[in-house]
Amino acid sequence: MLTSIIYDFSPLTHRIDQFLSETFSPGWAVTMELVIVGLVFLLFYAVVGLFLVLAERRVCAFIQNRLGPNRVGPEGLLQTIADLLKLLFKELIPIKRADKFLYNLAPFIVIIASFMAIAAIPFAKGLHAIDFNIGIFYVIAVSSLGVVGILLAGWSSNSKYSLIGAMRSGAQIISYELSVALSLLAIVVLSGSMQLSEVIASQESGWWIWRGHLPAFIAFLVYLIASTAEINRGPFDLAEAESELTAGFHTEYSGIKFAFFFLAEYMNMFIVASFATTMFLGGWLPFHIDGWYAFNHMMDFIPPVVWYLGKTAFIIYLIMWFKWTFPRLRIDQLLTLEWKYLLPINLVNILIVAFISWKNWHF
Amino acid sequence: MTEEVKEIMFREHEEYMINMGPQHPSTHGVLRFEVYLKGEVVTKLVPHCGYIHRGIEKMCEKDTYPQIIHLTDRMDYLSAHINNEAVSLCVENALQVEVPERVKYIRTILAELNRIASHQLWWAAFGMDLGALTTFFYGLRDREKILDIFEESFGSRLLHSFITPGGLMHDVHPNFQKRTKEFIKYFRKKLPEYDQLLTGNVIFQNRTKGIGILSKEDAIAYGITGPSGRASGFSCDIRKKYPYSAYPFVQFEEKLSHEGDSFARYQVRIEEMWESMKIIEQLVDNIPEGDYTAKMKAVLRLPEGEYYQRVETARGELGVYIVSTGEKFPYRIKFRTPNFSNLFIMNKLASGGKIADLIAISGSLDLVIPDIDR
Repeated sequence: MLTSIIYDFSPLTHRIDQFLSETFSPGWAVTMELVIVGLVFLLFYAVVGLFLVLAERRVCAFIQNRLGPNRVGPEGLLQTIADLLKLLFKELIPIKRADKFLYNLAPFIVIIASFMAIAAIPFAKGLHAIDFNIGIFYVIAVSSLGVVGILLAGWSSNSKYSLIGAMRSGAQIISYELSVALSLLAIVVLSGSMQLSEVIASQESGWWIWRGHLPAFIAFLVYLIASTAEINRGPFDLAEAESELTAGFHTEYSGIKFAFFFLAEYMNMFIVASFATTMFLGGWLPFHIDGWYAFNHMMDFIPPVVWYLGKTAFIIYLIMWFKWTFPRLRIDQLLTLEWKYLLPINLVNILIVAFISWKNWHF
Repeated sequence: MTEEVKEIMFREHEEYMINMGPQHPSTHGVLRFEVYLKGEVVTKLVPHCGYIHRGIEKMCEKDTYPQIIHLTDRMDYLSAHINNEAVSLCVENALQVEVPERVKYIRTILAELNRIASHQLWWAAFGMDLGALTTFFYGLRDREKILDIFEESFGSRLLHSFITPGGLMHDVHPNFQKRTKEFIKYFRKKLPEYDQLLTGNVIFQNRTKGIGILSKEDAIAYGITGPSGRASGFSCDIRKKYPYSAYPFVQFEEKLSHEGDSFARYQVRIEEMWESMKIIEQLVDNIPEGDYTAKMKAVLRLPEGEYYQRVETARGELGVYIVSTGEKFPYRIKFRTPNFSNLFIMNKLASGGKIADLIAISGSLDLVIPDIDR
């Protein structure tokens, strides 16, 4: 039982569903299911957030010839929990002449946007909260909500640095949204579906990054660049730009409200990496090589969750690697990169992909 | 439309002023820039200094000459040896004391080590200003080696007060030569890493090339010296023009560039590290035996008159001007510090650029704030 669950979660979820609908009335059963899913995600969110903060610190220490946190708990595993406790107990510094309502609302909008996007991620076979038929469309729409929170944070905190940071962030996220969407569309064209489970199913015979010839690879690179920009991470962290704007849009936030922005940033990184995995690297599917039956069979033994997390961790490492080695771009260079290079490349790329897909030239 | 909204709307022609500093990560200390912005573009910049003015020049009037040395450390704390040397040379010239050869050699080696350490820290911080956070750790890793050499010989890592009028405080540690040679060997391997990490990076080049162009005329008019001046083609190396200590005995080049932008200033400093290593290599094997100090009187009284001495610190020309009335204290002492002059070009360079350019420019000028305020 337990071993089969690791490979396919649907029996487990079906059994829970069956149990709930037999015990309660249909309305209650649905409500309870929603609550369970919500709680599981909340837990997942917190654990992943904590882990990613630690991972970033260790990765950055590795790149910078340092050790990184290794004192609190084994290998520093409890470091982020200690940090979180500190942030929880910190004073929330009140700001004079701030727009109180919007100021308090902003961190929640940012965190809710990332929360909504996480619901559509297929973690493993049968481990998928909502399987929309417009899953990709939903994710693109939801992830662009976060910018509202950032703009509100900058506007309402009555600080000049924050306002500049928020304006930069607005310009940046809205521009790069286009490239993210278009590079994902390339895969939608190839797989012929916007449903995330079907996108994964279409990669059964090979991941799109291999099968889609060069255009899919270009789409992958563009997605990696544009999504790094969209989540405000270095070298595109202009909204924070600590050497220019002290901390950008969250300059005036303290304590747990700052932690919300911080957590949302890491979760956005996770979401972005998850979608790169799902769209380009075959999601939770194992790595197969045609004709190598023994090898393929061995790969099948590794559970899908492990495949999924491994690929996501790889993408996350790439994103961290960018941040810790590259200098920051300037705002005009950032917009030039998007509108003059990435967007035209992407548009041409999507045409080529459409042509390949029409002629059935992909493997 | 409410009154508040109207007020905001009709205020648009007003300038948007932000105070960058005194607490700001990239002013490298307590310096304040009053920056006027139009969107992202800087229209005007007014530097305000004086936040850590300690009245060093006034304090010097109450101190004997050997005591003044300890105050000069606190000006440009990244080239403490060179500051010490400036005052020492000035006093020695006034008293017409000839220091032993050994002292000259050691002073020059220390000054060049200090220059390398200073440039390493500048490189580390400059990368950080531009958002490349890893440079900081690479720069400090190598600077640590120099500070260890200093610590072994003088017991202090930053403010040494080691060079005194007449010679040195005491002799250097027996390991000094060996460890200096080891460091040069090590750093010759590590300096190319700096280029790999930052110089060749496309983003870095875009951020610095053509940013903050300083013409040669402006450099001369504003008195911009040191690597910043030399990046504009202004040949102003005191080590070449008015050689002092052991500089007449060594072969080295004065690195010039003619672009005058932030990237040129960056490259001149990187080149200077290579030149400094060359100078040290020529001297370190040939340190003559002898005394570490000349015979000096217990109380130094400079003959009545005015004395001036200039040296090349890591950031430019440091001038020491002493007016003496024959007492054991100077009547008046004035330091012409490089950073004070270098700071006031900021408005000219940064106006018309973006906020990010302002950071790149102030980083490339390599300002040390205590040197501005004194």
